[in-house]
Amino acid sequence: MTLALDAPAPVGLAERIWRINWGLALVLTAIAAVGVVALYSAAGGRFEPWASRHAVRYGAAFVMMLMVALIHPKVWLALAWPIYIVSLLLLIAVDVVGKIGMGAQRWLVIGPMQIQPSEIAKVAVIMVLARYYHGLSKEQASKFLYTLPPLLVILAPVALVMVQPDLGTAMMVLMGGGALLFVAGVRLWMFLVAAVSAVACLPIAWSFMHEYQRKRVLTFLDPDRDPLGAGYHITQSKIAIGSGGLFGKGFLKGTQSSLNFLPEKQTDFIFTTFVEEWGMIGAFVLLALFALVLVWGFSIAFRCQHHFGRLLALGVTAMMFLYVFINAAMVMGLLPVVGVPLPLVSNGGTAMVSVMFACGLLIGVNVYRDAQLPRTR
Amino acid sequence: MKPFRKGDGERSGLFTRRALLLGGVQGVLLGALAGRLYQLQVLETERFATLAEENRVNLRLLPPSRGLIFDRTGQPLAVNRNNFRAMATSDRGRGADVLVERLDQILSLGEAERTRLLRELRRSRNAQPVVVRENLGWEDVARIEFNAPELPGVFIDLGQSRDYPEGELMSHIVGYTGRVSDEDLAGRDDPVLQLATIRFGKKGVERSLEDDLRGRAGAVQVEVNAVGRVVRELDRTEGQPGSNALLTIDLDLQRFAAEKMKEHQSGSVVVLDVVTGDVLVMASTPGFDPSTFARGITQAEWRDLLDNPERPLHNKAIAGVYPPGSTYKMVTALAALESKAIDPWTRLPCLGFIELGKIKFHCWLKGGHGSTNVVEAIAQSCDCFFYEAARRAGVDRISDMAARLGFGKQSELGLPGESAGNQPTRAWKQEKVGKPWQHGDTFNLGIGQGYMNCTPLQLAIMTARIANGGYEVQPNLLLAKATPREELGPPPPVAKPAAPSLRLNPQHLTMIRDGMNQVVNSGIGTANALRRDSQGKPLDPSLTFAGKTGTAQVKRITERERDMGITQASLPWHLRHHALFVCFGPVDNPRYACAVIVEHGMAGGATAGPIGRDMLVETMKRDPSRRSDRFRKMASR
Repeated sequence: MTLALDAPAPVGLAERIWRINWGLALVLTAIAAVGVVALYSAAGGRFEPWASRHAVRYGAAFVMMLMVALIHPKVWLALAWPIYIVSLLLLIAVDVVGKIGMGAQRWLVIGPMQIQPSEIAKVAVIMVLARYYHGLSKEQASKFLYTLPPLLVILAPVALVMVQPDLGTAMMVLMGGGALLFVAGVRLWMFLVAAVSAVACLPIAWSFMHEYQRKRVLTFLDPDRDPLGAGYHITQSKIAIGSGGLFGKGFLKGTQSSLNFLPEKQTDFIFTTFVEEWGMIGAFVLLALFALVLVWGFSIAFRCQHHFGRLLALGVTAMMFLYVFINAAMVMGLLPVVGVPLPLVSNGGTAMVSVMFACGLLIGVNVYRDAQLPRTR
Repeated sequence: MKPFRKGDGERSGLFTRRALLLGGVQGVLLGALAGRLYQLQVLETERFATLAEENRVNLRLLPPSRGLIFDRTGQPLAVNRNNFRAMATSDRGRGADVLVERLDQILSLGEAERTRLLRELRRSRNAQPVVVRENLGWEDVARIEFNAPELPGVFIDLGQSRDYPEGELMSHIVGYTGRVSDEDLAGRDDPVLQLATIRFGKKGVERSLEDDLRGRAGAVQVEVNAVGRVVRELDRTEGQPGSNALLTIDLDLQRFAAEKMKEHQSGSVVVLDVVTGDVLVMASTPGFDPSTFARGITQAEWRDLLDNPERPLHNKAIAGVYPPGSTYKMVTALAALESKAIDPWTRLPCLGFIELGKIKFHCWLKGGHGSTNVVEAIAQSCDCFFYEAARRAGVDRISDMAARLGFGKQSELGLPGESAGNQPTRAWKQEKVGKPWQHGDTFNLGIGQGYMNCTPLQLAIMTARIANGGYEVQPNLLLAKATPREELGPPPPVAKPAAPSLRLNPQHLTMIRDGMNQVVNSGIGTANALRRDSQGKPLDPSLTFAGKTGTAQVKRITERERDMGITQASLPWHLRHHALFVCFGPVDNPRYACAVIVEHGMAGGATAGPIGRDMLVETMKRDPSRRSDRFRKMASR
């Protein structure tokens, strides 16, 4: 009896593959399919230039996800810091030599590839934090001094991303990291202090913001302030969503997005395009699919028997939630326009790869839920 | 059931509690999203549906008025004229067929116009109005207004169209505007470019200064009814008119140049201020009438322009390339002097030809010039001297010197369509011809023939850099620009070149200039007839100038043909030599440089020379130091 507890029977590859959450994989594929449909419509009823590439990209990313899922968590435990360091270096590189895109430096061109290091950083921060708290006891985790290193881990990429400037990613890393700290057992008063000091820092952040970012914030507070300029996006997006009504205008029958009222309709505003045509029913279905992913994520976290896996699973789930929430809230006029894509639906390669990589990690936690990991720091 | 590990139990307990809390928060936030969707899509959906319906017409951009273009004395070169035009909107092509049919009855559009209009109406995004017809007369306006009930979505709009008062004379420099093309849109996200009525610079300064001239769009928020008629104006933001521009061109001189070129079929004249690089004259004949482009050119007119052998659309001053011929000898001489391949006292013999292996290279003077130094060689344009000088200096040094004097690359003028010409080098020949550089090539290069070719502007730049004492001046077309609210006037005069020095030995430059002076002002000079004006009277001593003739081979007349009595004049026009002349003045204190090319004009000194002389003399007469400020206050703002 005790013997069996100390050394569980080795699990073969077939068993591992069986443990992959195929249901979750199906839900992810359903979301990507919604992406193909929306992108097909956004291109005016054509597979080119977005929908076809989106499908191909998803196929490749799906294979990658399965491969990642089958890699033992000890590998990720070992690779967490190197990946994090590399992502920081890439962020610095992007600030220095990055190619100008969308008025901000976000891309790095390496050979034929165009990568967005901030997407790597999102996952890297989660991995490092999970690793760090894996090595701490509950008492240590609740101590203030032990909270300083993770704060640095979060704030370094946040600062580098803010410089680019990419407000959306900075928010995501900050809030995603905060969620991990929260479940890892950091004392609640520290979050209160952080919240208060964040409010106190707002004027400073304001002075660091670019003109266009300030405009976006002001516009968010009062969209009618500049209906021709910055407020245009929010107003038009709301009109498109609202006019969709309960059942939508029908596939390929959206007027607002097809008339080019919507900027960036294939990336940040893809949700609007979809919802205009499929109505509230379609929106609820899409949100329900994402909610299913979240529920799966939580259940994987709860079932995992090692702390690293738990934290990793929860971090990935939190990141997924933040993606969806920030994007949807932004296009509905609940948050300022900050440039966060809708995962697996928006057109774009790096975000797709990083989300699917994260999902691979999540599934991997389930596959290796009974792995025994050393508590090294 | 769970294996118990020390310390993990309480850790996982805390984790579970807090994770559940976090999940709850996420659930609530997702619920908020759902609530917002309910609010937008169920509670307020009617309001948004109405907004969506009205969306396409509640915002209109106001085209800014395009910046005006003047010459350096303030005479208008491009202005805006009021233009009544019929516009039409339709809801993504709905009812477009009927509408076009009715318009055709009233305005007799014609087949091509009907097709265009139908296409544009169907493509029109956001119910943006499209142009039915421009430059309407009062009768047409009245007819449209009278039939308004039958023409839903059609309205009369007062816009502006471009007018070029100088027409053909300034056609190549000012250029023209046209409808915005997809290429024009690349890299520009100015919403004003989406307007059907906006015009975009296509050629010349209209193109190179496009982003300055265009201005910023205003916007007007209007309430419209279902057929697109404006019911009332809600809000209006005024745009900003484009900047006005003052060109360096002197319109009177430009007209003078065109007058001088009239007797020749095709050619080009460039006059530069050697200190500032200002382009005072840039004439290219024949030209074209830019107003045909402004009103919309027909297929037939366009064909005619393209098929004309004299290439009227071509700005020959910057896009025409010619072998420089003997005008290149200054480059060879400077390269040889600067590289110490020859010195100021070197005398080289000329027997009328020079032999390289079995090939004979001829001097243009059959009996030869005897022994000459570099100054005399330039004055008499002795080919043999420059064959030998080129041989001693070598192709690399000559090409290098030519590049410093502006050959083989585009200038910083900024006009579209400028050619770089070709300054051959060893590497160039290996790559393009596939053969190594030969001595014979160097000989040919030494007298500006062979692979060498250049634009008239480059010849003027070379002359200017020699004349101003070796400063790397760049040609410049824009004297000043200013928004309509600012004062537009010429900048204060400049006495010394601001351009970097080429670091040439001043003594060498003096010798080159002396040689060019002797071309015109000594008994041995190849163009010494130009000492006198066209009436045969000697020039005023303060208006003397120096120059260099050139004749560029188009077709080589062989020994046999020459024996058969074939001369240049007996050849068909398009095979005759090009006539070239470069000059600068005044001799003692050079201020202006001029390059003249008469296509197929046969002899540089006789054909191009008098034009260069008259041009330069006229320019010097008009120098601000001789006359009071000629700048006129602009009448229309």
